[in-house]
Order: sequence, then C-alpha cells, then structure tokens
Amino acid sequence: MFKIAEKKLLAPDIYLMKVEAPRIAKTAKPGQFVIVITDERGERIPLTICDYDSKTGLVAIVVQAVGSSTKEMVKLNEGDSLRDFVGPLGNPSELANMDIEALKKEKIMFVAGGVGAAPVYPQLKYLHGLGIDADVIVGSKSKNYMILEDEMRAVSGNFYPATDDGSYGFKGLVTNLLEDLIKNKGKKYDRVVTIGPMIMMKFVCKLTKKYGIKTIVSLNSIMVDGTGMCGACRVTVGGKTRFTCVEGPEFDGHLVDFDEAMRRQTIYKSEEAVKLHRQNDPQEKGCFCKIDLGGVK
Amino acid sequence: MDRFKRTPISEQDPKERAKNFKEVCLGYTKEEAMREASRCLNCKKPGCVPNCPVAINIPKFISYVKEGDFESAAKVIAESSSLPAVCGRVCPQETQCEKNCVLGIKGEAIAIGKLERFVADWSREHDINTSKPLPYNGKKVAVIGSGPSGLSCAGDLAKLGYKVKIFEALHEPGGVLVYGIPEFRLPKDTVVKHEIDNLRKLGVDIETDVIIGKTITIDELLNGGGYDAVFVGSGAGLPKFMNIPGENSNGVFSANEILTRNNLMKAFRPEYATPIKIGKKVAVVGGGNVAMDAARTALRLGGEAHIVYRRSLEELPARTEEVHHAKEEGVIFDLLTNPVEIIADEKGWVKGMKCIRMKLGEPDESGRRKPVEIKGSEFLMDVDTVIMALGTSPNPLIPSTTKGLETNKRNCIIAQEDTGLTTKDKVYAGGDAVTGSATVILAMAAGRKAAAAIHERLSKEK
Ligand SMILES: Cc1cc2nc3c(=O)[nH]c(=O)nc-3n(C[C@H](O)[C@H](O)[C@H](O)COP(=O)(O)OP(=O)(O)OC[C@H]3O[C@@H](n4cnc5c(N)ncnc54)[C@H](O)[C@@H]3O)c2cc1C
Ligand SMILES: Cc1cc2nc3c(=O)[nH]c(=O)nc-3n(C[C@H](O)[C@H](O)[C@H](O)COP(=O)(O)OP(=O)(O)OC[C@H]3O[C@@H](n4cnc5c(N)ncnc54)[C@H](O)[C@@H]3O)c2cc1C
Ligand code: SF4
Ligand code: SF4
Ligand code: FES
Repeated sequence: MFKIAEKKLLAPDIYLMKVEAPRIAKTAKPGQFVIVITDERGERIPLTICDYDSKTGLVAIVVQAVGSSTKEMVKLNEGDSLRDFVGPLGNPSELANMDIEALKKEKIMFVAGGVGAAPVYPQLKYLHGLGIDADVIVGSKSKNYMILEDEMRAVSGNFYPATDDGSYGFKGLVTNLLEDLIKNKGKKYDRVVTIGPMIMMKFVCKLTKKYGIKTIVSLNSIMVDGTGMCGACRVTVGGKTRFTCVEGPEFDGHLVDFDEAMRRQTIYKSEEAVKLHRQNDPQEKGCFCKIDLGGVK
Repeated sequence: MDRFKRTPISEQDPKERAKNFKEVCLGYTKEEAMREASRCLNCKKPGCVPNCPVAINIPKFISYVKEGDFESAAKVIAESSSLPAVCGRVCPQETQCEKNCVLGIKGEAIAIGKLERFVADWSREHDINTSKPLPYNGKKVAVIGSGPSGLSCAGDLAKLGYKVKIFEALHEPGGVLVYGIPEFRLPKDTVVKHEIDNLRKLGVDIETDVIIGKTITIDELLNGGGYDAVFVGSGAGLPKFMNIPGENSNGVFSANEILTRNNLMKAFRPEYATPIKIGKKVAVVGGGNVAMDAARTALRLGGEAHIVYRRSLEELPARTEEVHHAKEEGVIFDLLTNPVEIIADEKGWVKGMKCIRMKLGEPDESGRRKPVEIKGSEFLMDVDTVIMALGTSPNPLIPSTTKGLETNKRNCIIAQEDTGLTTKDKVYAGGDAVTGSATVILAMAAGRKAAAAIHERLSKEK
C-alpha cells in the first residue's frame, strides 16, 4: 500500500497527489511514469511522474478524472492509500541523458496541453537545475484549467499561457501561439518538446516539421503492464512497431503515426463507457452521451 | 478391472464449461485415485521416472496412493517437486512421465499427472506439512520474479535457513501461473495462492510492484542491499508479433494482453475495472499452450474461436489434453493456414484476415516437416478479432541494467546448466529467462538447482 501524503485540487477534476514511494523517489528521472492501481478491483493506470524528492520519499502525480478508474482514484484523500504504485517506468527524457554542454547550447521550447503540464514540469525543473531556462507554452480550456503555473514560472524562461476561450493569455490553440512566436516574433528554437493530448501533439509536430525544428513527443498509449509484456501500447514510429512503455514514452514526433496512435486509444471506448455508466448510474440504461474524451480538445 | 484402461476422471460438461471459467477437470476421488494407482506395476526399471524432468519416485508415491496412505505419497513427491498441484495439472505428461510407462505399450499409461494432482490437492485440503525450515543462518538471498522458478528457489532456500525476499514486478505474485494460465486450467484462489501462502509461512517475504532494473538494480541489492546472492527467475514475457501489414489495427492483440487482462486483472468479472474486448469471430494465430489458452478464453468471453496454425495437427506443440478440451468446447482448428495480412475497415478495426494455405515439405532442423506456402491459395477469413500467440522471449531489462550479466543472441541469460550460475558473481538464473519459453516443471527444477548451488556456495563462506 502506498500512502497519499498530500492531495490538492489544481483545477476542476484535476488533482495533485504526493505519494509515499521512497524507492521510486530515489530513482525517478524526468520523463518517466508510474502505474497506479487504486484498489483491489482497480485497473493499472499509467501516470507521469510530476515531481519526486528522495529526501521525503514522496512522488507527485497529477491525475485528471476522465473515466471510471481515474474517478475512483481521485475519491481517495490524504491519509488513504493506493493499492499499487509501480515504477519508475519508461525511459528518462532524452534531455536528462544529454551532454550538459550540448544542452546549454540549445534553445528549447516546451508545449504542454491540459494535464500535459504535469510531465513538462519535472523536465523544466531538471533543466533549471543545470542553469537552463527553457520557454514554455501551456494551453488549456480556460484560465481555471491552467495547472502548475507558479511552479513552472519559477523554473522556466518565457512562460506563454494560451486558452481556448481567451480567458487567460493568448486566445487560441497552442499551435497558433507557437507559430506566432516563430513567424512574427522572431523566436528561434532548436528543439520542441510537446506533451498533451495526441491530437495536439500531432498538430504541433506538423507545424515544427514545416519549420524544421526537432520535436520530441511523449505518448500516452493505452497500457496494461507497462513493462513490455502485452503490446497494448504499440505504436508505429518511422514505419516500425515500438512499445511505448519500454521504448518510449518519448519518440521523435516527426516519425510517429499519430492517426494510428489516436485510433488505438479508442479500442476500449465502448467497454469503458459501459463501466462508467454502471458506476455513475446503475439504474440508467442506453445512452453513453456523457463520456469525456480524455481531455482531447 | 481392466489393467490397460485408465480410470475415467470427471470433467465439467463441455457445453457448460465453455461458458464459465471454473476448472475443467474435477480431479479423482479417493476411491478413483486408489483404483488408478492399483494399475501400476511398480516396475523395477520404471519407464516413467527417467522422463520426469525432476525424477519424482513415481512407483513409490503411487504405491502409497494404492494403500490409501496419501500423506506418505505427498512426502515422496515433495522430495523432488515443490509445486505438485501445479505440475500435476499443467505438465505435458504425454511427452514426459507417461510417455514410456510400460502400460502404455499395450494399453493406456498410468494417469501419473492426475495422481500427483490428487495427492497434492489432498494434502492441501488436509493441511499436510511436508517441510520444516531450519533456523535462520544469517544469510540473505534476493529472488527476482515469482514464477515457478523463483517460488521454488525461494522455498528451498527458506527451508535451509536463509532469509529470502522475492521481488515481483507485477502486483500479484505467481508469474505465468497467475497472469498466463487461465483459471479453468489452474485455479488461482485455491492452488496458486496456497503455494504462495506456504512460502510466506516458511518466512519468505514477497514484495510486489518492484521492477528490478528500474525500481532498484541487482548491483544495488548486492552492494549495500545486504544480499549475499541473487536468483533471477524473470521469465520470458515479451510477446512476438508477425510483422505483417495491418497488425496494429484495432482488434489485434497479443495473447499476453488478452490473458493478462482476463487472468491477472480479472476482466471477465464485471466488478473488476479492467476492460477486455473480444469480438464475434476470433482468430488465434499459433499452436502452443498459449494459443489454446487464448482461444478457450475468447470462447468463454462469447466469441467464435479459431486456431490458425501453419502446420498440421500432429505438429501442434500444445498439450494433447488441452487440444482435446479445446475441440470439445467448440474451438475450430484451421490448420495448414498462415496469415499474410490483416484487413481493417475504414475506421481501423479488423474486418478480416488474409491467409494462405500451407503444405508440409521436407523436415527442417527441428525434425518437423517445414510448412511451405501453396501459391495462389490466398483466401479471406471473416474475423473481427485477431490474437497473436506466436511465442515470447525474455525481457532485456535485467541484463541491460546489470553489469556483467551476459545473454545469448535470443536474449536468454547465460547460466550454467547444473548450478544456474551466470556470468556475474553471486548471480544465478533459471527458468524461462535462461531457456526461453519452456515448461513449469523445468523452471521449477532450475530454481531448485540454483538454490542448491547458492547453498553450496554460501555455506562455505563464513
Ligand atoms: C505514459 C502515460 C502517462 C500518462 N500520464 C498522465 C498524467 O500524468 N495525468 C493524467 O491525468 N493522465 C495521464 N495519462 C493518461 C491516463 O493513464 C488515462 O487518462 C487513464 O488511464 C484513463 O483511465 P480511466 O479508466 O479513468 O478512463 P477510461 O474510461 O479508460 O478512458 C476515458 C477516456 O480516455 C481515453 N483513454 C484511455 N486510456 C487513455 C490513455 N492512456 N491516454 C489517453 N486517453 C486515454 C479513452 O479512450 C476514453 O475516451 C498517461 C498515460 C500514459 C500512457
Ligand atoms: C499462457 C501460457 C500457458 C502455459 N501453459 C503451460 C502448460 O500447460 N504447461 C507447462 O508446463 N508450461 C506452460 N507454460 C509455460 C510456463 O508457464 C513457463 O515455462 C513458466 O511459468 C516459466 O517460469 P519462470 O519462473 O521462469 O517465469 P514466469 O512464470 O514467467 O515468471 C517470471 C516472473 O518474473 C517477473 N519479472 C520479470 N521481470 C522482472 C523484473 N525486472 N523485476 C521483478 N520481477 C520481474 C514477472 O512479472 C513474472 O511474475 C505456459 C505459459 C503461458 C504464457
Ligand atoms: S512433475 Fe510432471 S513429469 Fe514429473 S511426474 Fe509430475 S506430471 Fe509427470
Ligand atoms: S512405468 Fe508405469 S507401470 Fe511402471 S512404475 Fe511407472 S507408472 Fe507404474
Ligand atoms: S503496456 Fe504492455 S507492453 Fe507496453
């Protein structure tokens, strides 16, 4: 059992939890994730490691309640325990393995969407620790969905918020903002790292390809074990099948087959809808119209 | 009594069991077991023993069964095997112990596996303790993986007085016994859980949710972790795919995914959260035990299940009993057939599988006749789900994070056959991680050999 030491509401349906997991807190690196099981009958849910501290033994995750399992998870409170918390899984971010001098020469832009801000934060923090302040674009539905802003501002260079409804910062999509910075504001980037909904990553990659900027994405494929055992997480990258959990989650965004990856995310949609319905309203039958599409904009 | 005829064993009716996940074979009663045991000739030079990979003294345990002294029978088996309730159920007996039973020359071999299972089940139900651990000897051993190899290595060492800790990557211990082999062949709550509880009673500590190589490394366990030796029993869990067009379409799964969702995550029970998706017509590609398990699982989840295998019935590597059971339950066998492409609809979901007919040609290196394609024989199979059961290979995670631990071309850890010692000092390995996918009994035997070798070495150190 893994105790929740702290829980905080960051935005509607988005929570930060700090979990006691000393082994993981000691070995985690930016870009890695954990698999969490809420209770005896729960499923294995992959969540990015948002922060870790080997001294306190705490690992922070940010979870958006989108479906039945994440809704169950966020019902837990401080002092409650998660049944399982496994990791750190996946490869550390490419940045965390790069030569520091080479890294210092690069101009890096992060583009986060929705809860994608959570996995971006530890990378910014890591770079900041090396004296590198990267720029960030964070996109969300509206101002009250913008998460971890203060934390990110403290460890980044320019911070550019964007909201769909214009309630905060730039009004529009992150891609519009990024293009505006590159085309009209004379900004130059050697590398873009983008994390968020697949559809957003797809369009960021399309844009950066046009401008010839190397782009790293972090994929959130459906997973079961997270250790390479099932192949549920397979994606096509550069024409080859790769397992996101062990060969990723980061890949060269210009090589990812996003249409296939998005399609594969929907495999269990109808099954999940039934489960959610059962959970919300055991009496009601028929319509599955209330399903949230996992933060996809 | 006809000495040449096997005592029949009761099984759930095929029509009934095709709709549930309860165990197929119900096992012998006391009387049936004694009757079957009384057929044994108690041979001076038994044909059975040399073909059991762990050389159980088969005539001896059977003669106790004949007398109704099941406790003594259990003790005889325990000298050689630590997982009899499992092996009695899943060993490929027809190619092992039962293959050269003298009775098999003129009639039917003794049902050795079924008798072993009976004895093991009886001693579980009667709480027979076959071992007493020695007092703690001051030494600690870490075991990686809780499949049959890890469990038996841990059990033997604990009995010898070692403090043993098993680290398991998944959230439940048991390895393939829990995530792979389905409930209807190997009940989890009774048989597997009992074996694991027994280990805990011996003082073995099991920590789940620890991925060696990620959460902590072997070098950390040995240096600073306080462990005097490590046994690696991490299995061969990586699924293979065919690399044919359309294989990433929605509705194509590995057998491991389907089995893990269903067995480990209990997706077949509505109160569990993990979803599973099985269509109306399911093709399972492959012919081994894994393929049979996947097909019979798909059938129980409501699909029409086909086994698509490129050789003929004689070459099917699965246990005869499983093939027989699968047929009884209604699994359809499409033999001498090989997929060449998976066809998806405009939304990316499987709507068919293009296959080619095969014929058997000359024998290959393995001695089996090689399947060759019949030109122009392509046809479309009408399926909406495809499950790939093409075999698995060891996970490279541990070797890639452990300095000095060498593997061969097939990603198998290199280890000495008689001791399990790897190329790294104090690190032993066994089971599927060393051999590639094999059997429960071989994994168990490897775990026990390594335990003996670890003891041999550590008992010399002061
Ligand atoms: C490596 C990785 C890191 C992740 N990090 C985070 C994180 O830090 N915070 C966070 O809130 N979520 C994260 N996710 C996504 C998270 O795992 C899913 O939201 C969760 O599994 C949904 O479970 P559910 O049962 O609540 O929803 P479901 O009922 O399963 O799904 C609800 C909707 O989400 C879609 N969906 C299902 N699984 C995924 C998935 N893996 N990714 C995207 N959409 C999915 C479904 O198609 C459906 O439309 C991550 C996923 C991966 C693979
Ligand atoms: C579906 C299926 C059906 C089968 N049917 C039969 C049968 O009928 N008869 C038969 O004899 N054999 C059968 N087999 C084969 C048999 O189950 C295996 O040969 C046997 O389980 C191998 O045992 P093992 O201990 O080597 O590994 P496994 O049983 O594979 O156990 C390995 C364990 O190690 C864990 N692990 C892996 N990596 C790590 C890590 N880095 N850190 C921590 N833990 C780790 C895994 O999670 C797993 O729990 C079947 C296999 C499958 C998949
Ligand atoms: S362990 Fe397997 S091979 Fe040996 S006697 Fe038992 S069933 Fe037969
Ligand atoms: S070979 Fe057959 S008959 Fe002879 S001892 Fe073994 S089981 Fe009994
Ligand atoms: S999640 Fe199972 S292989 Fe990646």
